[in-house]
Amino acid sequence: MKMSYRMQKNLLIVGFLIVPLALLVTFSFYPAIKLIYYSFTSWDGLSQQYPWVGWTNYTTIFTDPQLFGSFLHNFSYFIGGLIQNVVALYFAVLLSSKLKGRSFFRATLFLPYMLNAVAVAFIFKFLYLDGGALDTLLQSLGLGFLQHDWIGNDSIVNWALAFVSLWEFFGFNMVIYLAALQSIPEELHEAAALDGAGRFRTFWYIIMPNLRAIIQINLLLTVSGALEAFNIPFVMTNGSPPTATFLINTMNVAFTFNNYGLASAMAIVLLVIVFLVITVQQRLVGGGKDVV
Amino acid sequence: MKRSGGRIFWGTLKYASLLVGLFVVLFPIWIAVVTSLKSNQDLSNLGILQLPRHLDFGNYITAWNGGDLGSAFLNTAFIIVLSVVGNITLGTMVAYVLSRFEFPLKKLVLGAYLVVLFIPTITTQVAVFGVIKGLGLFDTPFALVLLYLGTDVVQIYIYMQFINRIPVSLDESAMLDGASYLRIYTSIIFPLLMPASATVAILKTISIYGDLYSPYLYMPSTSLGVVSTALMRFEGPYSAQWNLIMAASVIIAIPLVLLYLFLQRFIFAGIVSGAVRE
Repeated sequence: MKMSYRMQKNLLIVGFLIVPLALLVTFSFYPAIKLIYYSFTSWDGLSQQYPWVGWTNYTTIFTDPQLFGSFLHNFSYFIGGLIQNVVALYFAVLLSSKLKGRSFFRATLFLPYMLNAVAVAFIFKFLYLDGGALDTLLQSLGLGFLQHDWIGNDSIVNWALAFVSLWEFFGFNMVIYLAALQSIPEELHEAAALDGAGRFRTFWYIIMPNLRAIIQINLLLTVSGALEAFNIPFVMTNGSPPTATFLINTMNVAFTFNNYGLASAMAIVLLVIVFLVITVQQRLVGGGKDVV
Repeated sequence: MKRSGGRIFWGTLKYASLLVGLFVVLFPIWIAVVTSLKSNQDLSNLGILQLPRHLDFGNYITAWNGGDLGSAFLNTAFIIVLSVVGNITLGTMVAYVLSRFEFPLKKLVLGAYLVVLFIPTITTQVAVFGVIKGLGLFDTPFALVLLYLGTDVVQIYIYMQFINRIPVSLDESAMLDGASYLRIYTSIIFPLLMPASATVAILKTISIYGDLYSPYLYMPSTSLGVVSTALMRFEGPYSAQWNLIMAASVIIAIPLVLLYLFLQRFIFAGIVSGAVRE
């Protein structure tokens, strides 16, 4: 007894989508909605009671400098992320030019991305020790005046941590830029050369416009990555107060101080900011595309 | 004259930049490896940049046993295998349905996956935690498998690109032979998607291997340590014994570096197709 293809089709659509969609709802949408609800309560994570507190959690976030102020610690990751993109694009341009040993350079520059994040954090924790490998290296290069207690000094620690992020992830952006560069048709370069355009003019007028969409994607990843910075301070400094990013504080509020209501509100604030950034960026860069 | 001068300048700048980049990338790794090979004596007596007087592989043995790294690798492998197999199955299923059939809520399904892309996973853990506890999966590896199992818009996109290149006439001739849709999926679509699945599997393996917070949160038992959490816990009892910590770090880093050496092409292709989406 055979089913008609029409009936098969309906069965297959339902059968094939039900498990994936159930997972999507259970682990993404349902928690997101729960999060909104929790954010208006003072739930402690354990009890059956969810005392309604209105907007209190949200006002707390914006008035307690310890909470909203921790975005200041994210700032260094943001600047680091921008530099990371410049460095990645620079090396991508070099790697797409005539070059001996190209695949060796490419493979090595990407290597950090493949190392386990905890291993990277420990390596840099060791490197950054007061009088450690980095200081010793600076000394031997005649740059002794640059020596610091990189982790212990509150005013530079976040920059030191942001550099770890740059070191770990610039290869990722580089590979994306490189693919985009290689997809630019050769004729465009030749035409530019015929018109007598120099290196900078070629880069600015030929390469950059073609990279627009890719730069946008990379910047998006960078900005949301900076807003969500977590792993590096979590492992390297146990998220100590001078290095606690907004997300570290969120997790501490929930899982250390059992204030799930406040933590949920913080998560929502972060979500809204990420969405805002994406929208603004789409408007700014995506909108520009139509004009050109 | 001017032209060749410029060429020399650019050539020098190019290779100088690359060498600086190479140094910045390799210096930390070099230091880690050198330190991991130093005996306690060499560690305290020699300068940090100095090579060990004799290679001491003992740190690796101590780290392996003391950090219970063997069981960490087993736990990680178990979770990766289950998650990746399930992930590929679900991803191909969703992509097959979305690219070969027209149905009313199709746009909504794709849209739902797209929206989720912008929700940072870590932020929702406050609420996911309750779900995992409610399912009775807290402190079991299945908590992680379930979290990693779901497909995402990047995978769906990679698969749909591949499926669209499989001619529909192939499906149709199978149908003439009386094959069911399910049969078309299992014997035509799924096998032909293998190259895409290789990319998806590698990307997924990298992300699971590097994940730190989910195992930390959902599998607190020491016996359930995966590579990330085992390495994190290793620091406590051996703090300041940097030769051991570096040895453990090198051990944990090696598997993906090996994967990278052999499957570089797939990794680069996967990253690029993940980023370049409409």
